[in-house]
Amino acid sequence: MYFSDETLKKTQHLTEKWQNEVQKTLQTHPDRKNRFSTVSDLDIKRLYTPEDVKDVDFAKDIGAPGEFPYLRGNQVTGYRGNYWTFRMFSGMGSARDTNARWHMLLREGQTGLSTAFDFPTLMGYDSDSPKALGEVGKCGVAIDTLEDFLELIDKIPLTQVTTSMTINPPATILWAMYCAAAEAKGVPLAKIGGTIQNDMLKEFIAQKTFMCPPEPSVRLISDTIEFGAKHVPRWNTISISGYHIREAGATAVQELAFTLRDGIEYVEDVIRRKKMNVDDFAPRLSFFFNAHIDFFEEVCKLRAARRIWAKVMRDRFGAKNPRSLWMRFHTQTAGCSLTAQQPYNNIIRTTVEALAAVMGGTQSLHTNSLDEVLCLPSESAVEIALRTQQILAEETGVANTIDPLAGSYFIESLTNEIEDKAWEYIHKIDAMGGMIAAIEKGFPQMEIADAAYRFQRQLEANEKIMVGVNKYTTEAQQTVPLVEIDEQVAGEQMKRLQNVRRRRNERAVRQSLTDIRTACKTEVNVMPYCIEAVKNLATLQEICDVYREVYGEYRDPGLY
Amino acid sequence: MSARKIRVMVAKPGLDGHDRGARILARFFRDAGFEVIYTGCHQTPEQVASAAIQEDVDLVGLSCLSGAHRILFPRVVELLREKNASDITVIGGGIIPEQDFQMLYDAGIKAIFTPGAPLESIVEWIRNNIKTKE
Repeated sequence: MYFSDETLKKTQHLTEKWQNEVQKTLQTHPDRKNRFSTVSDLDIKRLYTPEDVKDVDFAKDIGAPGEFPYLRGNQVTGYRGNYWTFRMFSGMGSARDTNARWHMLLREGQTGLSTAFDFPTLMGYDSDSPKALGEVGKCGVAIDTLEDFLELIDKIPLTQVTTSMTINPPATILWAMYCAAAEAKGVPLAKIGGTIQNDMLKEFIAQKTFMCPPEPSVRLISDTIEFGAKHVPRWNTISISGYHIREAGATAVQELAFTLRDGIEYVEDVIRRKKMNVDDFAPRLSFFFNAHIDFFEEVCKLRAARRIWAKVMRDRFGAKNPRSLWMRFHTQTAGCSLTAQQPYNNIIRTTVEALAAVMGGTQSLHTNSLDEVLCLPSESAVEIALRTQQILAEETGVANTIDPLAGSYFIESLTNEIEDKAWEYIHKIDAMGGMIAAIEKGFPQMEIADAAYRFQRQLEANEKIMVGVNKYTTEAQQTVPLVEIDEQVAGEQMKRLQNVRRRRNERAVRQSLTDIRTACKTEVNVMPYCIEAVKNLATLQEICDVYREVYGEYRDPGLY
Repeated sequence: MSARKIRVMVAKPGLDGHDRGARILARFFRDAGFEVIYTGCHQTPEQVASAAIQEDVDLVGLSCLSGAHRILFPRVVELLREKNASDITVIGGGIIPEQDFQMLYDAGIKAIFTPGAPLESIVEWIRNNIKTKE
């Protein structure tokens, strides 16, 4: 930021004087600890001054909202037009159970839907697969066929509500189900809006929900991006996610760098494979970040994310459409910051994290429930989590003005530092030959493992504190009512599935699976064939088995 | 003959990919001087039991955060018993509600460690409870 020479000279003088005072004070009042650092272990100075931001050029580096480099947000009017979308991630038991929770959330003022699937669905297995043993309906909703899906979205107004689906290896199939369901309800594809997570690179890096090897996994993603650009223009065909990278133990810088480098890899693949112009698909790329407990670090990370992406799209890919330069993102508060001990404290953690997401300019937010560290959220816990967002939005005044922390010496300095460190990683991965090559070397996986281990050791040494875990512990237990998914859900789901298998036209199913196989073996887009297959009531696993057969299976290398 | 090192297998049965805890533990066990085998994610109970026998481990530490522990943990113990390998101690960890502890103990799980358990306490339990095979 511009400061006159005189101001800088005075600042220097004041700072020197203050530093002398600090030295004197430390003689009698030593600091609480030797080192002050963020939760990600970035060193933080005692004081930031104009000296720290003297090279920041306001017009070039900060700019106006809705203008390059989009540091202050994509929207010209900030949150004055609309708040961020209140979007709670939910899914449990059967499609009917989840549909009931969705209607409850919409009644309570939620403005977007977000789907949690159970592990068999996430991994591409039907509910009656031996691999699904003990997992059906546990961590989300079980979906095997289009019939389950139709029940899931029963009485949901598809043209008014956008739906996000956290689904990765079988993303083509769940999205095909959404498209087929819309068609069945008479809603044109051009009118539906939503998001599929569909980000496989972060699965290999962190979340470990994988099926086929990286190369063909990315190819299927490029198919969805192409199909969306041509036929479902309001759909975000990918949500490039840092959330899970962070939950696996990454630092804020690693979360940012690996996520953006993943984004670069996808853009390159679509341009190369589909021969598409970057501006024809980039506006529908979306992102997903974590809001962890270190307030300022998170705000700066989110601000830096927008600025880096705008530069990547403009300078690396030559994008011209301003919307291609926008980084639009969803944020979720940090599950890994919550504690099983004294669980009501989690409400406070989530509130601070949600505030960081808003100060960072998120477009959409999930706030964790206080019991999510113990089980699926109960209705009352979800309600508190949703109300947390509504209180922030409606009562606190934090959404009145755009990017209110901008211009702070500390904030701008930390934003720059995080951006610089993220670029270092991005360049390093470029030099390795890209993200797939880096993953094959185990690079991002081991960087995260190192960071996770370092944090754990710091926690054990009381260098980092989690209240209720290594400080302020109590013997007395706070108890919360636990949500349990009945084992009966699995039995009923299997019956439903077997019933569908009996009723459907087997020959049509076989034909559509053959068509998908042919598309997989060539460069033909699989999406139209997936839609046809789900309409014919092919199951999720039947289609995934075709992918596994053609592309092979990826196994966890078990790095630690 | 000098005592052999304690051989530990950290295993992830089931479909969940929440492996942060398992991987931290594997590394901590290694630093504590154990020999460590880590299975990676997505193992069936059959794969875990077979690998434990093949690797001739003293202890298997199961990690599950999806809620499937009630079915998967007892199954591993049962398979070890069927394969005449009951001498392998099985412990577990992850998101496991206290109300499930007793049924897991009854099924043969010897100890359960939940989030927040100091790593050192797990190592100590192993040192106190595992006698390495000759």
